[in-house]
Amino acid sequence: MSGAVLQCPGYPEDKLRTLTEDLTCREAQAGTLLSLMGEPDQYSYPSVFIYGHRATGKSHVLLTLLTQLQLPYAAVSCVECVSAGLMLEQVFSALFGPDAASLLPRSPSLSDFVRIYRQACVERPARQTRYIVVEKAELLRDMEANLLPALLRLQELVDDNVTVFLLSEIVWEKFRPNTGCFEPLLLHFPDYTKAELLHILSRDAHPSHTPELYTSYINILLGVFYSVCRDLRELRHLAALNFCKFCEPLEKGEARESDTHKLWKNIEPHLKKAMQSVYLREVSSVQWEQQQMDEKEATALRGLSAHAHVELPYYSKFLLIAAYLASYNPARTDRRFFLKHHGKIKKTNFLKKHEKTSNHLLGPKPFPLDRLLAIFYSVVDSRVAPTANIFSQISSLVTLQLLTQVGHDDQLDCPKYKCAVSLDFILAISRTLSFDIVRYLYDFL
Amino acid sequence: MSKRKSMEKHVAVGECVSQVQRVLRERFCHQRLPDKPVGLESQYKHLLELLRRTAVHGESNSVLIVGPRGSGKTMLLRCALRELLELQEAKKNVLQVHLSGLLQTDDRIALREITRQLQLENVVGDKVFGSFAENLVFLLDALKKGDKSSSRPVLFILEEFDLFAHHKNQTLLYNLLDVSQSAQAPVAVVGLTCRLDVLELLEKRVKSRFSHRQIHLLSSLSFHQYRDAFRSELTLQDGFPDSKFSQEWNLGISKLCEDKSVDEILQKHYNSCKDFRSLHSLLLLAVSRVSVSNPILRAVDLLEASRMSSADSKGNILHGLSVLELCLIIAMKHLNDTYEGEPFNFQMVHNEFKKFLQRKSHSIHNFEKPVVFKAFEHLLQLELIRPVDGGMCKVQREYQLVRLMLDHTQVMEALQRYPQCPTDVKQWAVSAFG
Repeated sequence: MSGAVLQCPGYPEDKLRTLTEDLTCREAQAGTLLSLMGEPDQYSYPSVFIYGHRATGKSHVLLTLLTQLQLPYAAVSCVECVSAGLMLEQVFSALFGPDAASLLPRSPSLSDFVRIYRQACVERPARQTRYIVVEKAELLRDMEANLLPALLRLQELVDDNVTVFLLSEIVWEKFRPNTGCFEPLLLHFPDYTKAELLHILSRDAHPSHTPELYTSYINILLGVFYSVCRDLRELRHLAALNFCKFCEPLEKGEARESDTHKLWKNIEPHLKKAMQSVYLREVSSVQWEQQQMDEKEATALRGLSAHAHVELPYYSKFLLIAAYLASYNPARTDRRFFLKHHGKIKKTNFLKKHEKTSNHLLGPKPFPLDRLLAIFYSVVDSRVAPTANIFSQISSLVTLQLLTQVGHDDQLDCPKYKCAVSLDFILAISRTLSFDIVRYLYDFL
Repeated sequence: MSKRKSMEKHVAVGECVSQVQRVLRERFCHQRLPDKPVGLESQYKHLLELLRRTAVHGESNSVLIVGPRGSGKTMLLRCALRELLELQEAKKNVLQVHLSGLLQTDDRIALREITRQLQLENVVGDKVFGSFAENLVFLLDALKKGDKSSSRPVLFILEEFDLFAHHKNQTLLYNLLDVSQSAQAPVAVVGLTCRLDVLELLEKRVKSRFSHRQIHLLSSLSFHQYRDAFRSELTLQDGFPDSKFSQEWNLGISKLCEDKSVDEILQKHYNSCKDFRSLHSLLLLAVSRVSVSNPILRAVDLLEASRMSSADSKGNILHGLSVLELCLIIAMKHLNDTYEGEPFNFQMVHNEFKKFLQRKSHSIHNFEKPVVFKAFEHLLQLELIRPVDGGMCKVQREYQLVRLMLDHTQVMEALQRYPQCPTDVKQWAVSAFG
């Protein structure tokens, strides 16, 4: 696991040694970064683009390097900076201090930024490379079109020793503007291997237990979750949540630390349940911990998705059912389903279906208002007058996002809708009306 | 005694290496100007003559320098300006205005910048920050009042010229070129752009005022010249403090140039891209590996640098996916094959995945649908799949139509490189039926 100590002249050696300890499993990447940055007073490449999966230590490695070596840097996240002006202001105050930043006008443009930067440089010329770290750089693409190309060649524009690091999960090919730009150096942070994950995760062992025990626990955890999730942060969270359940047999005295099989048998079904609940955020982690404390059955708690039941008025329910039928049945089958004396239909032809055309695979189809009302009248037993009430219920179903309106070109003259609820939802609703919807669905014939 | 001597020598090597790094980094990163532009002699002469006419004789001119990115447009211009300013009569006389399309995004900002760079602010006091129209009138008046003989010539340098053509009504370009056409104060308008069709972007009235003088920098570098450039970029100049070290270094470089493997790497880079900037980034990656323990540039360093710069980024991203996500990608690949590139939604992918699970009943990849959906959303986030309508349509998320942004070979290659790929998944990927 331990690689060579980071080396680069121009930096204090003891700092580099402590750095090596901080950056386990990322020595190679840290070494490359450090050699690219070079000595503090040397020029560095204008822009470097670092990509890699979530939680592979991109910002951790970079920011640890910059803070530990006490280099001048500004770190901004594009999530916070909703406009270019905000970002430039933050960068400027981090590099030159807040009193220099007051020179910037309100909501500065790039032109202002560059001008004031040049002025500030004259007063405080760079003895060290200045670094700008932009996290979540994929959001730069949605900001002003000139921001990304300008950041990439900032060194040339401000004529100072400055390097811009862009960090992102997305590959560089998706960033390149139409007319091209200054090409940054690309640096990849590879994902952690299983062994590395094991190594990193078992470092937060609890002091009351032996490290071997914790390592074997992490091993079991990875055995369950590794094929689904490789996100270090998520795994660490899950490991912390479930550890006390793992230790339960030890505390009760049912097993000793060497009974790995017994421990495994105890924790494995529990972890599988965790994947269906707490991994999907169905159950919050506080609830999950409480549950373990009370030793309730793990599924006793209803998750978020179990609360999908919605109480609706009588006619709204039928309207929604009619909309579902209209969305998922082809219009040519309406005669057969909803007319009492439909003409003769060739049965073989009617039942011939292809899997490809199944609407439960393709999704809902749009239908006009007329068809919705026709199905509605034939589904509802009693006579219903087409009052304003009915129509307002339709539009309120749209605002509840149970229906969606397709094509907003005409609001009044025969608008088209789509049904936006799932099969489970509509089944629950039809059960409350004792209406057997499956009999009316073409896909389930 | 001997120990101290070796220590001293060691320090000296460290010093030399850091000097080498300093010199070369300034060359590669900071784009230091060369003494003479290489391979662009005729263009250089043309441009210099043009600028000299404006600076010395007071002629008004306009010219466009057109060339692909990294072909040395800015370098050419800066070299020409450097030589121009060495002339005695030009040095005191000429005013320069540098504008960039990236920074001056509209005419108002550009105009303010021009006033500032001509140092006219103090002349008008607070008037500079008056309205756009006032500012323009003032500036034009100032330019019109001048004449050929008495007023100082102004060089307007517009980088990213094509972006100025997107300004409203192209007012700035119109006025600048208009001044350059009529007999007013002598100005030279030099535009730098990478778009070959830049003249098509100009309005008719603007286009008619432009002199249609274009300097093209289309690189006609042969591989031999490319290799020579490689050598000269790495060679240390005479001014290097430690002459013994610089000799050794230069010897190492010339040895490196004769190496077969280096030749191969250079050929590969030459074939993909001829410009100097990509060469610089390759060399920087190689040079950054030079350290005290390894004071000479080796072929291995270059090989490593070339490997780093030419890595397939999507393959790298695919390498880090979980098995479940990889399975979904394979399902999508099968859907693409059977339905010939039609877009698909999550339900279809899940259906395809379920079919695979049913065939292999002993499979361990039996996940709940929400877990699979989470994996699908992660792929969306990584932009390996992309919504067809840009995610604008309000449809349930599992019915949103998406397309796979990978091709067949990329998927197969990633599968080969994937660590500990389950055999049944591999077989499923190669099997023809979905």
